[in-house]
Amino acid sequence: MSDLILTPNIDGADDFYAELLATHEGLETAESNALNARLVLILSNHIGDRGVLSQALRAARLQEEE
Amino acid sequence: MNKIFEIPLYPYERSPDQDPPSVARHKVIVVGAGPIGLGAAIDLAQQGIEVVILDENDKVSFGSRAICFAKRPLEILDRLGCGQPMVDKGVVWNMGKVFFDDRKVYDFNLLPEEGHQRPAFINLQQYYFEEFLVNRVRELQAEGAPIEIRGRNKVSAVGTHPDHVALEIDTPEGSYNLEADWVIACDGAGSPLRAMLGKDFVGRVFEDNFLIADVIMEADFPTERWFWFDPPFNRGQSALLHKQPDGVWRIDLQLGWDIDKEREKRPENVIPRLKAMLGDDVEFELEWVSIYTFQCRRMEQFRHGRVIFAGDAAHQVSPFGARGANSGLQDTDNLIWKLKLVMEGKAPDSLLDSYDIERVHGADENILNSTRSTDFITPKSEMSRMLRDAVLDMSEHYEFARPLVNSGRLSVPCTYDRSPLNSADALDGPERTRPGSPCPDAPLGDGFLLPRLGDRFTLLTIDADAPDRIEEDGIEVTRLALSVKDDPTLALKERYLGDATSAVYLIRPDQHVAARRASFDETLFRAAIRRATGKE
Repeated sequence: MSDLILTPNIDGADDFYAELLATHEGLETAESNALNARLVLILSNHIGDRGVLSQALRAARLQEEE
Repeated sequence: MNKIFEIPLYPYERSPDQDPPSVARHKVIVVGAGPIGLGAAIDLAQQGIEVVILDENDKVSFGSRAICFAKRPLEILDRLGCGQPMVDKGVVWNMGKVFFDDRKVYDFNLLPEEGHQRPAFINLQQYYFEEFLVNRVRELQAEGAPIEIRGRNKVSAVGTHPDHVALEIDTPEGSYNLEADWVIACDGAGSPLRAMLGKDFVGRVFEDNFLIADVIMEADFPTERWFWFDPPFNRGQSALLHKQPDGVWRIDLQLGWDIDKEREKRPENVIPRLKAMLGDDVEFELEWVSIYTFQCRRMEQFRHGRVIFAGDAAHQVSPFGARGANSGLQDTDNLIWKLKLVMEGKAPDSLLDSYDIERVHGADENILNSTRSTDFITPKSEMSRMLRDAVLDMSEHYEFARPLVNSGRLSVPCTYDRSPLNSADALDGPERTRPGSPCPDAPLGDGFLLPRLGDRFTLLTIDADAPDRIEEDGIEVTRLALSVKDDPTLALKERYLGDATSAVYLIRPDQHVAARRASFDETLFRAAIRRATGKE
């Protein structure tokens, strides 16, 4: 089973973050929340690996494994 | 005792130019004796070009203002003969801490790359920076170099002509007129010269105020950059603590938009804020307090005929990331060699248009970076705050989130990738030294590479043959012959050869790469020299 990557893995982190903010630009908070929900599902589908997804869900709750 | 910034360093003195009837004509007039104007004038004078600096004031910067100077400007200052006193006086730092809410979320070490003469950054008050530059001006004057500073000489009118610029100057003894072949406007973000020429300066206003305080204290805080997001002592806002020489600490506190500036600046309001930040038991003295707002904007063009704008007069950025004075010094580093060649008739006037292209590109890069930092520090919507806080929360637990934390991306020089002065890359070499790049330093025995470049065109050969000297249409190029064996640490090989076994680089006077190839080819390098001087 592969491990969830929690070390830096995005090339051009600042460019990515700016693109993420730009995607939300002009949206009401409710629309932004809905966008984030869609984004989580799209990224989850892309990852596919259930083990990695479970690790990610735990990581997002800031409950560190160990 | 008076502070250095309270003593006139270049007091008003009457000049023979003030006595009519004839109007004096100078080669170059630099308007503004800040870091950029002084740097430009020193560069000109040490290359033998006559220059007069005019400043409406007669003292160095009031308060510390710009405090963080990056490696590239220090390398430029080395070329200008005053890097060493800056580094000797400055505070070198690499470490930092990031705090969120009531806790530290992580530590960092910038881990600067080995094999560079100069550190990644020094902290130095702008008044010292300017004092060292003024000292250098005095040193050049003692050597007979054609450079002069005129304090309390305020430009009140400007007229542009095909072959010169006319200036009207106010002094304590009335006004007089001057003419110059060229004018370099380094008169700051509020540039009166820009206004007089009616040039616009558009961009984005950030609705925020920052309290900036220099505090003298005997504190055992380490030499680190500490940045707080949303701390208990400044709720919903940010704060920065950074060390300067002489036990002076810089503190920046974000205040928000709807405040009474005059009220916030009073010591009885500033001191409780600082006590809340530093703790009640820390003894400190306020040296200087100011409140600033900022904009990110630039002129559409930096060159307007014979008037050329540089530094904050041409472009303004947010202070996060130290890209103001640092980028201004890169402006004049780019400009002066071109102006010299044009003045000497060795390059066409159009070479100066490449200053515009290259430094507008640099300004855009700086504005982009500092705007992003500002957006992270002061989120503009509920969702951007939520994402920002998520990054900060995760940065405490996961390393991946740390590169996303943006409290200022510290200034690095830009690569002039699409410059018309570049020749096509003809070396299968490292990306960092492709044409347009600033040359990275490398150790050479008991010295370094960069002090052996600069002020002139150089043909750097590494394990390659080439003539010791080439002259192409008035441009003289001298060879610096090196071998990978000259640097046992292999930094020279790694930075300039990569997988190649030999290389020939054409390097501009501002230490940017113009062309490179595995071996010397006379026809191609002559064409590269022409191209780098605006002739192709």
